[in-house]
Amino acid sequence: MRWLGFARQLTGKRHFWSLAMLALLLAYNLVRDPHFFAISMYDGHLTGSLVDILVRGAPLLIISMGLTLVVATHGIDISVGAVVAISGAVAAALIGGQLSGETGMGEVTRFALPVVITGALGLALLLGIWNGTLVAYFGLQPIIATLILLGIGRGVAQLITDGQIITIYYSPYAFFGRGFLLGLPFSLFIVAAVAAVLTLLTRKTALGLFIEAIGDNPVASRLAGVRARTITVAVYAVCSLCAGIAGVIGSSNLMSADGNNAGLWIELDAILAVVLGGTPLSGGKFSLAGSVMGALIIQTLATTILSAHVAPEITLVVKGIVVFIVSILQSERIKMLLGSNRQDPTRTKGTPG
Amino acid sequence: MSNTPMTDARPVLEMKGITKHFPGVRALSAVDLRLLPGEVHALMGQNGAGKSTLVKVLTGVHPPDSGQLLLEGHEIKPQSPLDAQKLGISTVYQEVNLCPNLSVAENIFLGRGGTSNVAIRWKEMRRKAEVLLADLNVHIDVTALLSSYPLAVQQMVAIARSLTAQTGGAAEVGTKILILDEPTSSLAEDEVKMLFLVIRRLKAQGIAILFITHFLNQAFEISDRFTVLRNGQRVGEYPVAELSRMDLIVKMVGKEIAEVGLDRAARAAATTSDKPAPAAFLETHGLGKKGSVSGIDLAVLPGQAVGIAGLLGSGRTETARLLFGIDRADQGTMTIDGKPVRFSAPLDAIVHGLGFCPEDRKSEGIIAELSIRENIILALQCKRGIFRNLSRARQDEIASSYIALLGIKTADASVPISKLSGGNQQKALLARWLATDPRMLILDEPTRGIDVGAKVEIMAQVMSLCDKGMAVVFASSEMGEILGYADRVVVMRDRTKVGEMPAAGTDERAVFQIIAGG
Amino acid sequence: MNRAPAPIERAPSRRPRRDRPLLPLAVTTGLFLIMYGAGAYHFENFFSLTVFLNFFIDNAFLAITAFGMTFVILTGGIDLSVGSVMALTTMVSATLVENHGWSPAIVIPLVLVMGAAIGFVMGLVIQYFKIEAFIITLAGMFIARGFCYVISVNSIPITNSFYTDVSTLRIPFLFDTSISCNVVLALVVLAVAFYLARYTRFGRTVYAIGGSEQSALLMGLPVARTKVLVYTLSGFCSALAGVAMTFYMLSGNGLHALGMELDAIAAVVVGGTMLTGGSGYVIGTMVGVLIGGTIQQLIIFKGDLSSWWTKIVIGLLLLAFCLLQRAFARTKRT
Repeated sequence: MRWLGFARQLTGKRHFWSLAMLALLLAYNLVRDPHFFAISMYDGHLTGSLVDILVRGAPLLIISMGLTLVVATHGIDISVGAVVAISGAVAAALIGGQLSGETGMGEVTRFALPVVITGALGLALLLGIWNGTLVAYFGLQPIIATLILLGIGRGVAQLITDGQIITIYYSPYAFFGRGFLLGLPFSLFIVAAVAAVLTLLTRKTALGLFIEAIGDNPVASRLAGVRARTITVAVYAVCSLCAGIAGVIGSSNLMSADGNNAGLWIELDAILAVVLGGTPLSGGKFSLAGSVMGALIIQTLATTILSAHVAPEITLVVKGIVVFIVSILQSERIKMLLGSNRQDPTRTKGTPG
Repeated sequence: MSNTPMTDARPVLEMKGITKHFPGVRALSAVDLRLLPGEVHALMGQNGAGKSTLVKVLTGVHPPDSGQLLLEGHEIKPQSPLDAQKLGISTVYQEVNLCPNLSVAENIFLGRGGTSNVAIRWKEMRRKAEVLLADLNVHIDVTALLSSYPLAVQQMVAIARSLTAQTGGAAEVGTKILILDEPTSSLAEDEVKMLFLVIRRLKAQGIAILFITHFLNQAFEISDRFTVLRNGQRVGEYPVAELSRMDLIVKMVGKEIAEVGLDRAARAAATTSDKPAPAAFLETHGLGKKGSVSGIDLAVLPGQAVGIAGLLGSGRTETARLLFGIDRADQGTMTIDGKPVRFSAPLDAIVHGLGFCPEDRKSEGIIAELSIRENIILALQCKRGIFRNLSRARQDEIASSYIALLGIKTADASVPISKLSGGNQQKALLARWLATDPRMLILDEPTRGIDVGAKVEIMAQVMSLCDKGMAVVFASSEMGEILGYADRVVVMRDRTKVGEMPAAGTDERAVFQIIAGG
Repeated sequence: MNRAPAPIERAPSRRPRRDRPLLPLAVTTGLFLIMYGAGAYHFENFFSLTVFLNFFIDNAFLAITAFGMTFVILTGGIDLSVGSVMALTTMVSATLVENHGWSPAIVIPLVLVMGAAIGFVMGLVIQYFKIEAFIITLAGMFIARGFCYVISVNSIPITNSFYTDVSTLRIPFLFDTSISCNVVLALVVLAVAFYLARYTRFGRTVYAIGGSEQSALLMGLPVARTKVLVYTLSGFCSALAGVAMTFYMLSGNGLHALGMELDAIAAVVVGGTMLTGGSGYVIGTMVGVLIGGTIQQLIIFKGDLSSWWTKIVIGLLLLAFCLLQRAFARTKRT
């Protein structure tokens, strides 16, 4: 019976189910297409289905990491899609859709590239501070505060693009989404950089501990000296900044800014990635690595569905159902039903008089 | 005065041998209670004595582990407050527990007889409400929202509701027992008189009233008999006429002094030596906050233990919260080491060397999902700031040293703190503050809900730190604890400080006298 | 010493009270009148019954779903699935009627039951598993919207004669104007909602839950049942609004009612209902819808502002009212 104990230990390991799901999906793809794992060099850079998944999934990977921190404080941010659209729109507007006289692709931009990036990301950061302030200082429920930005945000993005899809002609801008560095897609470097910064911030400083404390028990955290309000504003700011980065990558990839469709439904994907990664919606212990895996699962799933010629429309339904089921599994009631043999004096129904 | 006991009548309610456990804590041990019809029976005891647990057993919120409930001689087993209501046991809670956004008439009749149909007949409801309230000598506009009336009136409405008949299909069951849980905490003098009039009317109708209050005057004025609880056990049942105020207090707070292994005389001697008195660490003058407490004057010396004594509602917790900056004071001043300070958040206090163990450790103390280790180092980490991170090795070191020092029973410091027993959780909380090397520790009911062994260990630890120069301010309902550990006793009553004296050589009766109000 | 004090008496005439329940409604109505008046002052033809009624015709379905949302918010909950259920209703109606030839007499009751069932399931899960309403209804929103696309990625035009007849039917109204069936439907729903809220035990229990769920439980009210019912009601109203939308748009489309949940919530909150529940009127929601429409009209009349400003202004107005509610709650506590 030793294998039973081993199995129990293995399944209890933190990211077992996510890894298993990912492995399953990859295996399925491999079976259908033996060249699935093939990575080759072409034109000086790596190509292959796996590379595709990573590149296409870069925006989602980044947003999922930012959203993880917000969810860890028992909050939510459904405005990330709107921020993606806004930052792409700002970048496009700052560049200006000008063609140069001689060549089709312009080398002309209204503002220098660093200014463009700062503008787009700066606005994203400000929007995050806006969200965080409404939640932390004005006491608005996170769903309402971010729902408002979701509504206003799409409108603002449309205003900036004047309702059109703006084409970006300035070729250096394409580097973020389409460029390669050392043979690897540049967007992956951005993902890695974000992952590194967030991991350092949360695990090498006390920020991670404070976030988990706030998410679990904001009152007790404050009594222990945690600066709950400041940290709450900070996590929403980080989340929106991530959405801004994703917006730049996305608009760079497509070399266009679309106020309507940029980032559409990405909030669902991001929430799904976070819950698949093991961070509960009620806040507390979070895992950036888990959210990364969750995002990879979603991206792989999308690719699998496409290649299997299943109607892609079904994915929206499937994702919604998964969020539904995971919410139930994470609920208090399930915990009560399953955890009845846990010796837990603080979670009994009764309180001594 | 209608205080004559009716001992020949058959009891309408008997609770026999009620025992109730919660994990780690024995809330009630073999408690008996007898209610006679038409009497006012006061249930007395301090915080944690078991009063509200007993009431919860009676009203069906918790089933007892053992014991019997007999209503008019028949055994009952209510499964919920609704069950209890159907049997004729109604409760009016301290917070009234009605809906402030509904009208008075609705609060009386919604869900009771009179609105059993889907459609509501407003006129009829209004008329019946007015009649019912008139019976209680209350004449108000019943169509106005409940929230537009003061608490005294809201309580009358709650009482009126409890007197409405249940139409649960069978014969209508009138109220036999009315439980009033701290009904006068927020009432003015004349409103209390009104309430007592109503109580006497209900008495005359044969309803038995279980009256829970911490106001001794009122208990003496209105009740026929007392039952006193202490530490989950029944101390006794007494007719009012046979008990003096002093006796009651002594029975409620007790006189045991814990054995600490410290020589009280030695400590007293040490503090009256020839050394010049050190400068006060913390001083307050007239500290207060509107709606909370006022007129708090304190001077706490390094290494001194100050005990705050007083009954429930006297303002002990509020004072502790003001000292720690949880609530912002709007009156008076506070100085630390002679320099004025103003705390706007707990972190300010922590930075100045204070620590605070709250009364409700479950909701305000422990952070359940975090590990024991993380809970212990949290305040220290906050003090150091975000960037001066404690390495995992250092965290383990700190945690294990305090686990050893305080005797926290756990195999692994990385499990969630929720897995510890109550006593061990309190020790972990204490460790949290000790890790910050505080100059003053504020403890609010530090040994509440903890088994005796852990109580002694915790207080011994605190006292040894006192000897090393840490000041302690602790609030407690247990007189034995206060007199056993404190150097000075501060007495609170009615949300202000009313007295202070050294603990050594104090006549306990003198303290009780001040608490009782003379 | 026990001389009876005077009985407690409160004269029916007003004492200045901070809890005047009609105050938010008065503020909202005032706002509406000011905005409408400003519009009438600045623009010719603004102050005409035709313009007003046209707006009503255009927004009847928003009103219907907002009435359902009012009950949910009164209990302190929220329903983010309303727009998607509306769209799903149009999709299902269109595909059944056009592609499968079913009769509207079957389809319309069917979709109403479908909407109610969706609401019922969500309400059950929210109540039984004690999960926050926003995430379950958010998931419901994605599932419903997803099903729209599964049925058809493209729009399905409705050519069935019943729908086209109802769509073009105009009922004569005052002064040579006319209103559509949708408006009548909306007014009927308003009347029913008003009755439910004020004269039934269900409605009063809804208010009780919003005021204090714990008290409502202790008072013996059927809290669990009522909470499931409000989501069922909201689902039903969304489906009904979807039916109204099929009359209006004459098509089923997955993009219908995109973002309508924000408009519905805004209508309810601006109409004076507290997000925390317990306080608010169905009539207020009607005024909230009117305010939304007035803003729309003002922007159209102004001409030089793109229509996206409507979404932005409504969002900002919702925010303003949310902040006002927070400030109000804070002063009430002290």
